[in-house]
Formats: sequence, C-alpha cells, structure tokens
Amino acid sequence: MKVYFELNGKAQYVDVEPGESLLSLLRRLGMKSVKEGCGTGECGTCTVLLEGKPVRSCLTFAPKVQGKRVTTLEGLGTLEDPHPLQRAFVEAGAVQCGYCTPGMILTAYALLETNPEPTPYEVREYLVGNLCRCTGYRKIVDAVLLAAEWKREGRWR
Amino acid sequence: MAVVRSRTKEVVGQNVLKVDGLPLATGQPKYTMDMDLPGALIGKILYSPHAHAEILAIDTSEAERVPGVVCILHHGNVPRVPYTTAGQGWPEPSPYDTVLFDKKVRYVGDRVAAVAAETEEAALEALRKIRVEYKILPAVFSIDEALAPGAPVIHDEPDAQGIYDPQRNIAAAVDIVIGDLDRGFAESDVVVEETCEIPYSQHCALEPHAVWAYFDEDGRLVIRTSTQVPFHVRRIVSRVLGIPMARIRVVKPRIGGGFGSKQEVILEPVAAALALRTGRPVKMVLTREEVLVSSRTQHPYRVRVKLGARRDGVLHAIEMEALANTGAYGTHAGTVLYNVGSKSLPLYNKARHVRFHGKAVYTNLPIAGAYRGYGATQGFFALEVAMDELAEKLGLDPLELRLKNHIREGETSPIFERLGEGREGKAQIVRSCKLAEALRIGAERIGWQEKRRTPRREGSWAYGVGLACAMQGSGITGIDMAAATILMNEDGSFRLLVGATDLGTGSDTVLAQIAAEALGVPVEKIVVYSSDTDFTPFDKGAYASSTTYVSGNAVLRAAEEVKRQILAVASEILEEPVEELVLAQEKVVSLRTGKAVSLEEIGLRAMYVANQQHIAATASFACPESPPPFAAFFCEVAVDTETGVVKVERFVVAADCGQPIHPKLAEGQLEGAVAQGIGMALYEEMLFSERGSCVNRSFFDYRIPTALDLPEIETILVPSEEPTGPFGAKSIAEIGINGPLPAISNAIYHAVGVRLTRAPFTPERVLAALRAKERR
Repeated sequence: MKVYFELNGKAQYVDVEPGESLLSLLRRLGMKSVKEGCGTGECGTCTVLLEGKPVRSCLTFAPKVQGKRVTTLEGLGTLEDPHPLQRAFVEAGAVQCGYCTPGMILTAYALLETNPEPTPYEVREYLVGNLCRCTGYRKIVDAVLLAAEWKREGRWR
Repeated sequence: MAVVRSRTKEVVGQNVLKVDGLPLATGQPKYTMDMDLPGALIGKILYSPHAHAEILAIDTSEAERVPGVVCILHHGNVPRVPYTTAGQGWPEPSPYDTVLFDKKVRYVGDRVAAVAAETEEAALEALRKIRVEYKILPAVFSIDEALAPGAPVIHDEPDAQGIYDPQRNIAAAVDIVIGDLDRGFAESDVVVEETCEIPYSQHCALEPHAVWAYFDEDGRLVIRTSTQVPFHVRRIVSRVLGIPMARIRVVKPRIGGGFGSKQEVILEPVAAALALRTGRPVKMVLTREEVLVSSRTQHPYRVRVKLGARRDGVLHAIEMEALANTGAYGTHAGTVLYNVGSKSLPLYNKARHVRFHGKAVYTNLPIAGAYRGYGATQGFFALEVAMDELAEKLGLDPLELRLKNHIREGETSPIFERLGEGREGKAQIVRSCKLAEALRIGAERIGWQEKRRTPRREGSWAYGVGLACAMQGSGITGIDMAAATILMNEDGSFRLLVGATDLGTGSDTVLAQIAAEALGVPVEKIVVYSSDTDFTPFDKGAYASSTTYVSGNAVLRAAEEVKRQILAVASEILEEPVEELVLAQEKVVSLRTGKAVSLEEIGLRAMYVANQQHIAATASFACPESPPPFAAFFCEVAVDTETGVVKVERFVVAADCGQPIHPKLAEGQLEGAVAQGIGMALYEEMLFSERGSCVNRSFFDYRIPTALDLPEIETILVPSEEPTGPFGAKSIAEIGINGPLPAISNAIYHAVGVRLTRAPFTPERVLAALRAKERR
C-alpha cells in the first residue's frame, strides 16, 4: 500500500508493507537515528514526533502516518548546524553511548514546546518512558534544563 | 623575549566536547545496524526449550523448503572446536566448554541451530520448522543442587578443557590463606558473620547484540560488530572457524552500551559461519527477549563474610567464602570468582589473618559472564554489610570503623600478590588513595553525624542513612596490554589510532585529550580512529576498568615519542639545541631566544623538504600494576513500614579516580554505575520457572530504573595523583556499581532495624523482614 506523509518537512509517497511498523519504514527511508531497543514499546529509543507529539515508532503502524507530519532527529538539526537542544545534550555530558539520545532529545523537544520552564521533576516525569542505562539520567535532566534556559533566552529555533 | 606559558595542563582536566557527541546527538548512522548491504541475509537462532537435554536428531528438511532459506547450521554440519565466549587475553583463563553447536543443550535458551534467509519472516518460519528430537535430562538450578552428590553432570563432554572439576559441576575454585584464621578469630574481641546474596540480573545495554559478517572485495571476512573486544573477536573467530587471522578484519563502530555483555563473543562466530557457508553478507541482531533469555548475565553469588576485630575496632581476621552460579557455561567463571576477593579484601589491609575461598558452579540456568564490577560488587555487598554489623557490635560509628581500617597511600595488602586474574597476582603498593578525604567529604555532604544521631520518622515512613566503601582496579596486572599509534599530518594536526574500544564511556575523547596535552595542541587537532583490527594497533579491549590507565599510558608514550621527533625537526629549523625547546600551543618555542616555529611548518618540512620522514610513533603499555580507585558511598533511604517500599532519597558518591582527565565524563561513569547499582538493589532480578525458563523477558517485566526512580545522584571527584597513571589518572568506570547494594542495605537497617541481605530489596522482602522482627 502507498502512504503519503511529511517527513522532516519533505513530502514522502512510499510503499509500505502490510503490518510494517513506522520504525521499520523510517529506517528503510534512511532515518537511522530511529533506534530499536526492545521493539515492544518499553524503552523509548525509537521515539519520533508525530504531529509534534512523541510516539513509539515500533508500536505505530506505518499506514497511521498517512497525511501526517513526522519528525525524526535528522529533522531537528544537522552535524553542521545542530539544534540548540542537540548541542545542550553534548555540552551537559548527557550523551554516553548515544543509543537512547535520539528518543530522549525528541521527547525533550516536545516537552519544551509545551512547557518552556520545566522543573527538574517535570523533566524526569516527561522522560519516564525513555530508558537510559548509561547516565543515571542526571546529566540528561541537566541538558534539558540548560536547553530550556537557552530557549527562554531566545537561542532557539 | 617571548613569554612561554608554563606547561600546566591545558586539555587534560577540561570538559572538552565529547569527540563523538555531536555526531551521536544529531543521529549520524554510526552503529553496527545503521549500515545496509545489498544482498544481505538475515541470521536467526533456534534456542533450546529445555534446561538440560541431549539432541537425538535434528531434521531440517522441512525448514530448508521454506522459500528464501539459504543455509541452516547445527551440530551435524559445523566443525567442533571447544572454545570460550569470554573475550579475554590469550590464553583465556575461562574454560573451553563451549562449541558453536553442541549435541547437548544446557539451559533454556541454549543455541541449537542457526538459519540464514532472505528475509526475517523466512528465517523465523524455518526456525519453527526445524524438528529436534530431545532426550530430556535431569536439570539443576541452584548452587546447592549442582554440588549435591549424584547431581547430573552438566559438562560431561570429553573434549572440554580447563574445567576445575567437571564431575562435580565446579567450573572454578579458589582457596588462599594468609596467616592463621582460627588463631585470628580466637584473638578477636568481636566477631560477626553475614551472608549476602545477589540474584541473576542483566546488563541491559539499550542496543542489543548486533553483528554484520561479510566478505570484502579481496575476499577477506569483515565482522562489523557491537563488541568491547575487537581483537579477541578476531582471534576467537579465527580459531573456531579455522580462518587465518590475516583473512579477518573486525570493526567496532559506535556501540550502544556494553557493561560487560559485549566482552562476550556470542554472535560473531555464528554470523561468520553463515557468511562463510553462503558467501553472502549476513546480519544478526538479537531481540530484547533474546538478549534477556540467552545472552549473558551477572554472576549470581552467595558470599559469606566473617570479620574479627580487636576492641579498638581494628580488623584482625577476615574470612570470605564466595559461591557463584555461573550457569550453563563457565565464561569468566574463575576470573570473576577471584575478583570477588582480590578487588574487595585489600581495602581492609589491617587484618593479619585472611582466608578467601569459593567455587563457581555450573547449573542449567543462563550463562553468567562479565558484568560491570566483575565480582567486586558481590564481594563488597557482603563485606560492607558485615562491616556495618561490626561497627554496631563495637559501638563505633561505621564511618570511624572504615577510617580505622582502610588501606592508605604507601601501604600494600598481601591479597594483591595472592589473588590475580584466575591465578596468582602481583605485589603492588597503593601509591594514591584519597579514601579518607572521600569519606569525610561524603559524610559532610549527606549530613552523616546529624542524621545518624536522629533517625527521622514521618507517618509510616522511616528514614535512615547508610554508607559503604569500595575499590576496583585499573586494568589487569601482568596481562593487559594496549598500543597506540600517532601520526602527524603536515598541517600540524594528528591522527590517533587506538585499538581501545569506546563503548559509550568517552574513551576516544579521553585518549584524544591525553595525546593533545602531550603534544601541545587543542583536542580538535587530534583525529581519533579506534577499534579496527586492520587499521589500529592492538588493545586488549574495554574491560577491567583499563582504558584510561592502560590505553592512556600507551597514548602518552606514543605522544612523547612523536614529540621527540617534532623537537628534533624544530631544532634543525631553529638551529637551537633540543634542550632549549618547548612544545606548547601548536608551536615549538626556544626558551633562550624566544624564536618559534609552528607545528605546520615542522610538518611540511618533515614531509616534503628536508630529512624527510613521517613524524609518527607506535607505543605499547603493558599493565605492571593496577592502581585501585576508591570511593565512599552515602545514601539516605525512606522505608514505608506499611508497604515495605524503599525509596532512595539521596545518594552521594565521593570517588578518587586519580586526576580526572575529563571530569564530566568521569562523573557520568559514576552516576551511571550508581544508577545500575540502585537498580540491582531495588528492582532487578531475573526470575525462572520451575523448568528453568526465564519468565521476565521484557523491560516491562524486568525493570531497570527510569528517570523518576532515581534521586539526583550527587558525585564528588576527590582527586589524587597516581604517579603511574597518564597525567595522574586511574580508572572510574566500574567502581560506582559496588556501593549502592551495601549502602542501601545499611541505610535500611538504620531506618527500620532489619538487615536486607538478599537483593533486590523488594517491598515483599522488606515487609517480610519487618514482620519477622516484630515476631522476635
């Protein structure tokens, strides 16, 4: 079946397999930032934004994105021109192995869209579905708070 | 005359941007599975549904007829070569008790066959259609069952090597005595004894085990794999498949966490065998369920500690008995066992009479392997809970007891010499130790004195504080070796080639900082390329807290040789003796005349103009001693006396890792390790059915800490100067996991007066302990 959707600002018209997950489709389209950690919706590494809201792409059927807007980490910033949130993760030391990072950053992005001044507890609460085994979360929380500060200062896009 | 800035450290000790940070934060395709290859086959494994069984027959005829199935491997069609999956230095101390596919299965999840097919669906359908006839054998799941007379023999195969006593299911054993234990306890005024247990638990790196195996344009086998030990992968695959090492290239791209699980060579020989048989690229990636059921686990242990002390609180005698369930195969069995004692007992070196003994026992449960902490975690759980009891019995503050007994700078322990890596160790002196400061700073931060005096109570919640100490090592003495190559580019930048394996820890960054510091350039001028057996020199791999110390020393040596070459060229250009020259800030300056020449000028001249040479060096460092890092752990817990729920309210860790090369990364290692330790203390346990089948096979059922489960872990680095370390550095990666279990157990005792000695401290166990106390 054919699906029409917007991926990181660009129109896509692609064949999808029946029963294919959004995770599989996005990786097939070259969005390798979308990671699989469990395939059953428990770890959050495959999080992408669907209409700006975080979803587990492993549990989302690809046809569900018909006519909708999908954002992956590739759509947030590039190596040459990273998004401030991506830079904040690096500066705060929130990236260790990096495997949870795409899902964390996209979830944090959605948080800051709705709550630009979160408390540390609110950050932890919002990120509760994204597992990280490397950091103990402290520096991830630091990164989101740092980014929130930058956002309030207008260093954002 | 020009002013030359003094050579205080400019790069080391700075929180430079992690060299792979932005690529990872922008989602660059850097992991094993981020590569696609045309014509690739998918490899899948058939696992045993039985805990212990003989394979009488395998019929693959129906499976072979599934469209898209290209190859099926099993014990009948592959060579039988006993090996160990432990990625350790050669000769491996772990027993050769594993083959690619065996005629016998030894746990639920053991490998029976492998399929390569055009699609995952075809591979999975083929797995369902392989007919295996099993003769079910009696199975044993606990240490006691396995050791009982008449227990089924798990490794009865005649070709296994290096098993301590296969007939009694003992993979490895140890018994060392220092002094006279009976006399030691007889002379002690106070004696305490405690036994602590750690269950099956798992690493849970978020990236599952993943591998590509394919043949390159020259017909050489390339293995791109998520591993901590690329060079051991190459050596082991070469032996198991009979492919000359020179025909194999192993590449480790970025990896999504390891924690020891990827110090195991699990999938690589299977994927390589499938690629070899089919001539096609093969990719294999485990599902989370497969990782949980059939990769590797932490070693479950039962550790008994008996302490004897004089009235003044100085330890006089210590006995530690360690019993491990190593599961179906003995990978890391003996080395983890030795480390239970070797990494914990030297901490309290005042005791004159010491015995350490134990066994690692085979059972029909999953395979235990390398796991962050590597035995020290198990040793310190029992040792530090026993120390808490001893303090109580002596009427001493637990903090005072530690300060009275811990090893100091300039001191040694006979344990260093007696216990090594599955064999004797080497004597060493502790040259750096700031544990006393760490204890004082940590105690002050948590408010130890006040909180110990007045335990808080709010409704059903009781609060308490506890502490624990720990040490680890930095590499394996007399075994670990790493090499590094540095090559100068003609623009004054450098390529740093290291076999060292960054598994997310940031070692590429730390090693670049060491090179940059020694070469007087910013870290941006160092291009790091790591972990590729074709292009980087040998490194033992990432384990045993070795990279900063062992690989870092190799980098420093290579940089010093490159610096020597640079100064020689500068001396020609400036026409000044080398002794007058200083390399700093990307140029060489004469102390006498102030004349300077840039690294770029030096590079261009050496490469193209006069006395042509490529300024470059390779250096090796073999680990002559293993300086321990030290840490003090303090936590405050809240215990709900109605439900048994334990909450960690605060966790403070103060650690001496020598001079931190990158403080933020060092903190990150501590925070992550403490978080993992809190998970072990409160939630994590693999559970098994009566037939030995793991029942919590997902993150939903096997819980690891989320952001809401953890307090803000407070880390304090207490720097010492390790004279043998690169720029004074020691290790930091593992030590953090050794403290949470005993510190939390001791805090629970302080809060509610019950000792939790069996991890995890679930509400059921806490409540049961509280009820038992009430009945007393």
